[in-house]
Amino acid sequence: MRAIKIIFRRELASYIRSPFSWVLAALFLLVNGLLFQGFALGQGGGGTLSAFVLERYFYAASGSAIFAGMLLSFRLISEERQNHSIVLLNTSPVKDSEIVVGKYLASLTFLAILLGMSLYIPLMLKVGNKITFAQILVGYLGLLLLGSVSIAIGLFSSALTRYQLVAGVISAVLLLIMLFLFQFSKQLEGGPREVLGEMDMWWIHFQQGFMRGVLNLKDIVYYVGVTYFFLLLSVKTLEAKRWQ
Amino acid sequence: MIRATNLTKLYGARRALGPVSFEIADGETVGFLGLNGAGKTTALRILACDLRPSAGSIDVGGVDAIAEPHEVRKRIGFLPENPPLYMDMNVIEYLTYAAELRAMSKADVKRRMPEVLEITDLKDVAYDVIGTLSHGYRQRVGVGQAIIHQPKFLILDEPTRGLDPVQIVEMRNLIHDLKQNHTVLISSHILTEISQTCDRLLVLGKGQMLAEGTEDELSGRKDDIQKITVMVRANAKTSDPYRGEIKSDDSEKKDKKDKGIENPGNKDAIIKLLTGIDGVSSVSETFQTPDGMTFSLTTSKDCRAEVSRAVIDAKLDLLQLEFSRSELEGTFIRLVGGGGGNASN
Repeated sequence: MRAIKIIFRRELASYIRSPFSWVLAALFLLVNGLLFQGFALGQGGGGTLSAFVLERYFYAASGSAIFAGMLLSFRLISEERQNHSIVLLNTSPVKDSEIVVGKYLASLTFLAILLGMSLYIPLMLKVGNKITFAQILVGYLGLLLLGSVSIAIGLFSSALTRYQLVAGVISAVLLLIMLFLFQFSKQLEGGPREVLGEMDMWWIHFQQGFMRGVLNLKDIVYYVGVTYFFLLLSVKTLEAKRWQ
Repeated sequence: MIRATNLTKLYGARRALGPVSFEIADGETVGFLGLNGAGKTTALRILACDLRPSAGSIDVGGVDAIAEPHEVRKRIGFLPENPPLYMDMNVIEYLTYAAELRAMSKADVKRRMPEVLEITDLKDVAYDVIGTLSHGYRQRVGVGQAIIHQPKFLILDEPTRGLDPVQIVEMRNLIHDLKQNHTVLISSHILTEISQTCDRLLVLGKGQMLAEGTEDELSGRKDDIQKITVMVRANAKTSDPYRGEIKSDDSEKKDKKDKGIENPGNKDAIIKLLTGIDGVSSVSETFQTPDGMTFSLTTSKDCRAEVSRAVIDAKLDLLQLEFSRSELEGTFIRLVGGGGGNASN
């Protein structure tokens, strides 16, 4: 726990210091604002229900949350390898799991800060309209959990290689697969179709749940489980690298 | 004490190291010497618990490094070839981070920080961002992170790599200071660096331990070959140094005749004189100048005293006497067989 805290503090400070993070934050807010204006408000004209506008906002924001999560995480370990700073962690009395969790939590916290900065959009919508705080909170919890999976996948990709570009590509490919599992499952029949469909990270668990303001325990369990799975893969990859 | 037994590292099917066994006593400064790719870095990374060996065991101060790597990591400071730095942190932040990772308390870090800045001479750049520092300073920061937690064992992999001549001297002085409080392991392929810094050498080649011992032991390893270079001049009062003609009085002539040197200014006579000394295997003239003649003696022992006595007794002027064992460079080339290791580090 001590090492997680130390690594978390360093990584978060590194995000806050880095111009890259703030360019990403600015782009995140810009894209979310544009999508809200052009996509969420723009469709259906003035008579659209506020709740529906909010749904469409979450629909659009889910893409930016996934993308931001990937951009925040795919360099986390590969950059350390490339700069050789990983040796400091490897030769300190720190477990590989503490390295991974410390970095993951720092990424997740910075993503939460980004999401927090975009809260003004649904809050503007709430003024004088019939939407609840609960719908906003559930939607944002969904965005955070989507981002969490994206960060875990980015971290795993980052643990695989020292080349940041390669890590970025692996991360993007894995995320695309996870996002289109539901579509792939339509090619199958029976049990495999259901299993594959349930493994999709967007259609079933976000689009039919969090995005509509519906909080399902199974969706939370799914996101936590997938995050845990990829973090575990990251830890095992780091351990394996010591043997190579 | 560090004890490595049958240490082996395989990268896939390729053997990068071992099996090698060695011991390093507390307080020693030991140099890992070898060509690029000889397995030095692999050996040091294993000792620093950065890499796991494929086979073998390591005992560091009574702790099994394979079974309890965290315990060993607390006792070891490691400066790899490329210092493990974060370019966005300033020196104090970075050293604090390194100390906290090594489980030091805030109070201990606060107490230790001024000492480390003093030892590594980083006080002037303590609040500078590491990315803005010169290569020499970055190397010092790397040393700082290795010693911040006061480890018993210090492992430095090519510590002078990429430094300019002034920085090399500064780094050498720093290592010299560190020797007082740490058991130090240094790897290098620069012979002068190793010979000036280390008490004992471990010579690696193609992943194997080729030799170990002090520089003298290694140099004298083969036939105990030593060299003496002697420059003499026939005494100006008594002889012509160019022609070797004797102009001494009768008693001196008799004395020299008794010693078998009728004409000591003569090259052949001097060679005969020197060859007759106990321990001298061969004598050759290397060059002749108006000042005198220089001879190179191959000896099987240190016989400087006998040589100087013989020259002076022969009424020759002894201008120079130089003793050298076979050079470390020669020893090194002989040990590695003129070929390097091909195994990757």
